[in-house]
Amino acid sequence: MLEILAERFNYIPIIILMMIGLYVVIATGNLVKRLVGLSLFQTSVFLLYITIGKVFGGSPPIIADDGHHGEDAGHGAEAVVAHGADAGEHAAEAADHAVDTAHQAAEIIYSNPLPHVLILTAIVVGVATLAVGLALVVRIREAYGTIEDDALNAADYSLESGSAE
Amino acid sequence: MQFLADFLPAGIAMHAPALIVVIPLIMAAVSALMPNGRLGWLVTLITSALVAILALNLLGQVATQDVISYHLGGWAPPLGIEYRVDMLNIPLLLLVGIVGFLCVIYALPSVADEIAENKQALFYSAFLVCFAGLLGVTITGDAFNVFVFLEISSISTYVIIAMGAGKDRRALTASYNYLILGTIGATFFVIGVGFLYMATGTLNMADMAAILEQTGHNRVTQAAFAFIVVGLGLKAAMFPLHLWLPNAYAFAPNFVTAFLASTATKVAFYALIRFLFSVFHPDVSFVEMSFVWLFAVVGTIAMVVASLQAVFQTDARRLLAYSSVAQVGYMMLGLGMGTASGLSAGLLHLMNHALMKGALFMALGAFALNFGVRRVKDLAGMGKTMPASASAFTIAGLSLVGVPLTVGFTSKWYLVTAALERGWWWAVAALMLSSLLALAYVARLLSAIWMDAPPSHHGELMQRRLAPWMVLVPMSLLALANVYFFFHADPLVWLARSAADAVMGGN
Repeated sequence: MLEILAERFNYIPIIILMMIGLYVVIATGNLVKRLVGLSLFQTSVFLLYITIGKVFGGSPPIIADDGHHGEDAGHGAEAVVAHGADAGEHAAEAADHAVDTAHQAAEIIYSNPLPHVLILTAIVVGVATLAVGLALVVRIREAYGTIEDDALNAADYSLESGSAE
Repeated sequence: MQFLADFLPAGIAMHAPALIVVIPLIMAAVSALMPNGRLGWLVTLITSALVAILALNLLGQVATQDVISYHLGGWAPPLGIEYRVDMLNIPLLLLVGIVGFLCVIYALPSVADEIAENKQALFYSAFLVCFAGLLGVTITGDAFNVFVFLEISSISTYVIIAMGAGKDRRALTASYNYLILGTIGATFFVIGVGFLYMATGTLNMADMAAILEQTGHNRVTQAAFAFIVVGLGLKAAMFPLHLWLPNAYAFAPNFVTAFLASTATKVAFYALIRFLFSVFHPDVSFVEMSFVWLFAVVGTIAMVVASLQAVFQTDARRLLAYSSVAQVGYMMLGLGMGTASGLSAGLLHLMNHALMKGALFMALGAFALNFGVRRVKDLAGMGKTMPASASAFTIAGLSLVGVPLTVGFTSKWYLVTAALERGWWWAVAALMLSSLLALAYVARLLSAIWMDAPPSHHGELMQRRLAPWMVLVPMSLLALANVYFFFHADPLVWLARSAADAVMGGN
């Protein structure tokens, strides 16, 4: 049991963060705090992606600058991209496989850069969501004078029982 | 079909898959720069017309040649991003393009009434971003790209829903709740894509399917499947995950509701089908199991429960929103049958539902435009004061119930046939029950419209007040389409059938 956990230690903080984030979203009635929880939840997923890009013994994915090796190294990187993403239980295997392929092409192992690029996009999406969410909270506060869920519901109910428009 | 493939210059036709997404994105920026709403609307109208033309051209290309694979930036898949048009997504592209175009015609008077003049150009800009996002989800062949476009469309949807705040401040909280739930859904989806990437090392959907077929499935792909189904189910308003929908539809500007109800959930439903059939294979045991024990069950519950909830709504748009949840249930049921005829019935209902809900929400928008009404009892006498809009509403409403001579009957007929093929008597019973409930809530609306007397004002009855022609034309077109496609069902049935065959028939 301990061994299984130790092999997957990178997932433990991710899961904890994810659960805290989701819990905050569900449990709090404050609209801003709920957005904080949402961001936490999203960030845990960013971490998940980043950790799967790691290849054991891999160097940063920058092609070595000596001319004729460049092309070969490029092939190596491709092989790692194609096969190195198998994280989790297959991580070691995949890394071995990647090592073999990389050995044939060039003697450099690269980490997989693709997840980082994906997450750059996802971070932008997350920022945009947060910005729209906060803008909505500002407008809600202007319209209702509160950002507490209970108070908002109460305000709308009184609107409905009174003469609505 | 050949003339559809040939009517555009070859250079444009070749790049049509990219242009159909890029044009709305660029025009969104142009629209934001426009000094007033009228010009913004003009930009949007031209854009949506171009998109509809491109979609028709793509239909011609797909029907005459075969699957179109467009390599973005010249990078070949699986490394590059691939835009892929086949028989499954072409109906969705056509739907978004053509219904989008009709909705935009409708938008000018409706938006002018509901949104402050200085915000209209920006509103159209946000709409175009949403439009581009929906088209992008439909056309892309790359799993991560689906996530990006899904979020592009969702974030702009939150914005345009919140613009309903000018009429009712509850649009703000509705939009906020949609934002929270929508983001959780999108994040679940991206977790699922991450797991698939771990298992296969690729993001191209066709490539994923090929690798999964070789390596087989394990715990990682099962987890991926669960996350993707929940994530996309949330976006598609699959029954227990539909809580964001009623308020969002009820308080958004009328034009937004008409557009979203006929496109947004459909596109998410398409993405779900794409993942179930083209990435995971329907023969894989856990996918097969999910059909019967998840989609069919959830669909049936939605059909009955959401229809029941619809019967008791006081707000007319909320009523139709619950009905939308029930209609998604029909599609889920069709999907859950796991047969080609079931899936094609579900897809047929998807297209038909867009026709009816588009017309219904447009008519409600017309009532709101002229008289500012939104509650069911306020619709009293609309048959006398706004006969044209009321007629369109009636046709589409009857179609929603599934009365013969309307498309609603056609798709329910196909659903029942497909259910009987599988021997699912309970599904047929649920369909009947749900149709009866639909009759109940549509009858509530229709009796208010036709039976009740128009309200009197200082002893004088309300005068007849016709809606502007820009509202009437697209609304009548959609309503008439509801009848036309009953008599000429072949084009839609052919589209649905070949879509189902494309994903079921080995491909």
